[in-house]
Amino acid sequence: MVLSQRHKWETIGAVHATLVDGAARLPPSAVPAIPCIRRPKGARVTDAAFGPDLGEVFGPSHEGGGPDLIQLLTPEGERIEHSEFSFDLGDEQILGFYRDLVMTRRIDTEATALQRQGELGIWASLLGQEAAQIGSGRALRDQDFAFPTYREHGVAWCRGVDPLHLLGLFRGVDQGGWDPIADKFNLYTIVIGAQALHATGYAMGMQRDGVVGTGDPDRDAAVIAYFGDGATSQGDVNESFIWASVFNAPVVFFCQNNQWAISEPIERQSRIPLYQRALGFGFPGLRVDGNDVLAVYAVTTAALQRAREGSGPTFVEAYTYRMGAHTTSDDPTKYRVSEDLEHWKLKDPIERVKAYLSRNGVADDDHFAAVEAEAEEMAVHLRKGCLELPDPSPLDIFDQVYEEITPELQVQQAQFAAYLSSFEGAHASEQGARP
Amino acid sequence: MTAITLGKGVNMGLRAAMEKDPKVIIMGEDVGKLGGVFRVTDGLQKDFGEDRVIDTPLAESGILGTAVGLAMRGYRPVCEIQFDGFVYPAYDQIVSQVAKLHFRSRGRVKMPIVIRIPFGGGIGAVEHHSESPEAYFAHTAGLKVVACSNPVDAYWMIQQSIDSDDPIVFFEPKRRYWEKAELDESVAPDGLFTSRVMREGDDVTVLAYGPMVKTSLEAAAAAAEEGTSIEVIDLRTLSPLDLHPIFASARKTGRVVVVHEAPVTLGLGSELSARISEECFYFLEAPVLRVAGFDTPYPPSRIEEEYLPDLDRVLDAVDRSLEY
Repeated sequence: MVLSQRHKWETIGAVHATLVDGAARLPPSAVPAIPCIRRPKGARVTDAAFGPDLGEVFGPSHEGGGPDLIQLLTPEGERIEHSEFSFDLGDEQILGFYRDLVMTRRIDTEATALQRQGELGIWASLLGQEAAQIGSGRALRDQDFAFPTYREHGVAWCRGVDPLHLLGLFRGVDQGGWDPIADKFNLYTIVIGAQALHATGYAMGMQRDGVVGTGDPDRDAAVIAYFGDGATSQGDVNESFIWASVFNAPVVFFCQNNQWAISEPIERQSRIPLYQRALGFGFPGLRVDGNDVLAVYAVTTAALQRAREGSGPTFVEAYTYRMGAHTTSDDPTKYRVSEDLEHWKLKDPIERVKAYLSRNGVADDDHFAAVEAEAEEMAVHLRKGCLELPDPSPLDIFDQVYEEITPELQVQQAQFAAYLSSFEGAHASEQGARP
Repeated sequence: MTAITLGKGVNMGLRAAMEKDPKVIIMGEDVGKLGGVFRVTDGLQKDFGEDRVIDTPLAESGILGTAVGLAMRGYRPVCEIQFDGFVYPAYDQIVSQVAKLHFRSRGRVKMPIVIRIPFGGGIGAVEHHSESPEAYFAHTAGLKVVACSNPVDAYWMIQQSIDSDDPIVFFEPKRRYWEKAELDESVAPDGLFTSRVMREGDDVTVLAYGPMVKTSLEAAAAAAEEGTSIEVIDLRTLSPLDLHPIFASARKTGRVVVVHEAPVTLGLGSELSARISEECFYFLEAPVLRVAGFDTPYPPSRIEEEYLPDLDRVLDAVDRSLEY
């Protein structure tokens, strides 16, 4: 088992103390000015009355992730110890992760290429976030349930969703081609943060089903909710924190802080490191190196286990970077500097695993080439399948609005069908897109 | 046969649904120990426990958002929105998630959620407690919208709504919560998505729902004394509309007045007027008239009786239709 039995959740209580330590590492520009408190006559206020000097304490980012960043594999591919968490599985598992990472990136690059060639309307790239998704996705058990945003292609891969099914939404032929109930992986949710509440409600359902805290590892279940740094400003995400906290729901809030919400930097979402917010809601928050698949796996496994055991929610901030654009419609050169990108390239989530595997003789060039070849084969399948995805029929839109089509919709469908067929010699299905 | 209030009708219906199906759960603000601000869920938490009657945090989006997750897990949440004007924080979850998940998933995800909303004015409340937001929901594909007008319908319609696998916004006329009627459970109810002729007449058809059904029936009684025969139809279902009884009545009388508390522009009356003109054009003796709230925010309660459609305004429209 992966879990270090030594990890101490009570250390979270000490977060307040580390705030001050963390702030010392902040660049001056990241510390917003706090207006002085003017003392009214006739009232006495001490310097300590409002707690620590907020100008020193608050700051949205810690250089390099800050002092609380949990890391088990360095960007150079060296495994390091952490006082609370460890990765206890063998190299076989790491080889599996490596394959997952490569395959996921290949899905992403192929989909980006398909968009560039006009085969997809848009694509939301996960480039740079592969370890955060594979590490957390592989920590899930069959009975767990994941609620993604629209960027969790790596988690989809871990849940066994055919990558081809991810493309339908972006090609405009469907709104999610997989079965969210059977795959235990909800449809992509585009309204930012809405799924955090769905995840919490689902977790409350698990509590009512008696599949939390029974001690049976095949029965106890948990939910993971994915969202980004931008979503932490949404009311729904904050409401989900409150709900999960007061109902002690078995949910892990997995935030991929990729530093950017389209063009807005993390500083526009928060003046405090995100993981430190959790304490205010009444549950632990941790920051893990989101580009370190081993650390993400260890931390998420522990957090999920905690949820399954009935100990309630955890907030995991996977500290990472969006290497690509927000989507293929975006142009990040307008709002961020290339030095940041160069800096994060050195922390690539795949290169560090590859370095570890080759340095320790776990895998050789032949192995890496074989994985690459498998990824190429998958990409061919993906491309071919994408081009063959059938367009839906315009008349099908009426069928699944309700459990059963209503008489009113039947009338509209019949009128639409009659209208479409009024174009002589044309198939009804072609008429929806007539010029 | 027992005489029950409308509020008690909903309460008894909820109880019956919970006894029938352990997956039915109630969630909302103050619905547990207090039994809801209108006592509609009175006694349910005591009998069904805190896991099935959930006092939620004060956040309406949270109520609906978690209901989505519970529904995905196989539950049938009945969400109470405390007052009509408080539904808007949940609007995104209702419109973007509850209404669309069945469609987006091609039927793989079911959303058997009931959203109970006490609606309408007439109780002397402060602002945000007297609104009629039904058109927002009737306009949204994927939702079904119903409104009960009397205790017997309240009892049956809430159970039928909970039985539905589609999400239903269930409007309760709050100023009629204390109206009484005899409930005979041996009489089988009408289908949920049916309108009903409440009073037959020959001269003018009056269409109403929720709190305005009683007002319209009173108007019809008053008109009868003056020799005018009004047919009153309770829509009961606002989406989908049950139009055939409405068309039949419009063809019979040739004159239609629609009554609702909600502001007139793009209210249910607009849709009904359009549909009647499409289907009954050659039968009409007068344009379809609307008696409704004005296009203003709901006013301070000391003047709400002037704002709200009442017997006289209904009869005024009936007269104008007859004189056309």
